[in-house]
Amino acid sequence: MSTTVSADRPLQVQPKLLRMLRSIKLAALVWSVLRAVLIIGIGFIVLYPLLINCVSALMPENDLYDPSVRWVPNRLTLDNIRMAWRLMEYPSAFLNSAALSLLAAALQLMSCTVIGYGFARYRIKGGNLWFSLVILTLIVPPEMTLIPQYLNFRYFDLYGLLPDGGINLIGTLWPAILTSALGMGLKSGLLIYIMRQFFKGLPQDLEDAAYVDGAGPFATFLRVMVPSAVPGLVVVFLFSVVWQWNDSLIVTMFLGGKKYLPNMLGDLARRTAIEVIGDNNQIVSPYTSIINNTGSVLVMAPLVALYIFCQRFFVETIERTGLVG
Amino acid sequence: MSVIPRRRRLTLDVRHQVTGYLFIMPFLIGFALFFIVPFAQSVFYSLHKLTLTPTGAQFEYVRLANYERALFIDPLFTRRIFETVIRMVLTVPLVLCFSFFTAAVLNQKFKGRMAARVVFFLPVITSSSIVVALRGSDYIATIMGTATQASLGFFDVDTLGQFFEKQVGLPKSVVDYLVSAANAIPEIVRLSGIQMLVFLAGLQSIPRALYEAAEVEGSTGWESFWLITFPMISPLILTNMVYTLVDFFVGPSNTAVLSIRDAAFGALGHGVSCAMSMIYFAAVSVVIAISVGVVSRRVFYYN
Repeated sequence: MSTTVSADRPLQVQPKLLRMLRSIKLAALVWSVLRAVLIIGIGFIVLYPLLINCVSALMPENDLYDPSVRWVPNRLTLDNIRMAWRLMEYPSAFLNSAALSLLAAALQLMSCTVIGYGFARYRIKGGNLWFSLVILTLIVPPEMTLIPQYLNFRYFDLYGLLPDGGINLIGTLWPAILTSALGMGLKSGLLIYIMRQFFKGLPQDLEDAAYVDGAGPFATFLRVMVPSAVPGLVVVFLFSVVWQWNDSLIVTMFLGGKKYLPNMLGDLARRTAIEVIGDNNQIVSPYTSIINNTGSVLVMAPLVALYIFCQRFFVETIERTGLVG
Repeated sequence: MSVIPRRRRLTLDVRHQVTGYLFIMPFLIGFALFFIVPFAQSVFYSLHKLTLTPTGAQFEYVRLANYERALFIDPLFTRRIFETVIRMVLTVPLVLCFSFFTAAVLNQKFKGRMAARVVFFLPVITSSSIVVALRGSDYIATIMGTATQASLGFFDVDTLGQFFEKQVGLPKSVVDYLVSAANAIPEIVRLSGIQMLVFLAGLQSIPRALYEAAEVEGSTGWESFWLITFPMISPLILTNMVYTLVDFFVGPSNTAVLSIRDAAFGALGHGVSCAMSMIYFAAVSVVIAISVGVVSRRVFYYN
């Protein structure tokens, strides 16, 4: 972009260049404004439902009927939070959910790391076929095998290996433990896929160096490969916690009877109507709606806190996990 | 003498195979116990009438009665399947375009890029199926939504649609699609989180040298996009398409799944529910197979 003026055409080039420069600058400016508008707009769409949840969690019921109030309550109150806290039996439901999520996520992390490593680093016969089965488990919806699964856990006898009609595992943590530990938990297929891609991205030299130093395959895996894969492990663990925390299907189907956040939230409107309003027909009413919103905040808040705490891992690291490939 | 080296080479290979299989063994066991067996049982149940007793389950062979029941007698199921498939076909392209475009924007350098990425990925965390279900029928959201939900805050979608139909003269079907697309924006944003990340990762893994070479050859940004970015990212379009289809398929906004669950624990019974899930799975497999067949032919692989 030289602006030296040549001798034979002294004045014609410069204005043309300037005009070009100006139009490029203008286009860049227009684009950055447009981009800002788009990003703010989409951000608004994302944050809008969360904002409704939070505002109504802090709003006294009277403000609902006050036409002058839409976003800013007349006064802030913690009554809704207290009420939802009590009706959801929050402390015990929270502990149950946290225990389930952490347990299942830890097991999923272990199984998916081991399985992903096997697929990434070993050229086994039939490996491609087995891996396509991993993908198959991803695309078959859980509803497909829900009823047989339920019956198998209800009368669990390892398909005839245990005597006397089997044990009832419904209502215990065992269905979650067994499926998570054997790579068949919630979206395990995706987690295996992530770990496989991650291990594929690690250099072969790393593995060779370990073998040269006399490490066997399992020592190599545990001492060399796993420590090198920590960012991937974090992503898998966080995904697993989030999905487990939010899932209501497994919780209501296999762990029924115990209190977990998703099913307590699902039951919140009914309990509010019966225990607080005292009228069974008030399940859809302004007050239950306030309490529902508050309950949603209570369920989401721990995850959002976790997410903000770990967002560097979530957003930055996943780009390096080699999720792409 | 000659036997020993041969045996050694063999054991090395065998050992490699055995170790590899040991690593993937948990999956193979889990797949057999919690996938193949239940899947086969599901097929079996769909052909039987099931009664639960305290000691186990009893079966009565009824041939295809459960399927007939699901397809021709149940008033909702067939309609819900068609609805789901149609909504899938309409939504998935929008999700793909949106997540791709957003990823391209977030890949540029600007102030607040990190904050934007954090916010855009937030729906993956906050949209648990139960929260989303509550939102859909929420009283407060409907009141507040008089200004925002139906009109998105910026303009009234329906009025705008009428304007385009009457004044601009676009065909009604096109306008209807655009209106429904505008109304679906919040849902599309909600469904796009993971896809956006995958595209973003893909965009960052395209070698810089390709763009530099193109620039030296005098290619414009537009040409670079269509001749470099798009082909390089196309395998991920396939990945994301399958992911979106599946996500939609098992998602909370899906009415056909409701039929299956209602049947399982309602009056219809497990047999009909299993038949329904077979039919549903078949329908969606056809959709996935067709879309993969169409898209995979146009995918470009760099290596």
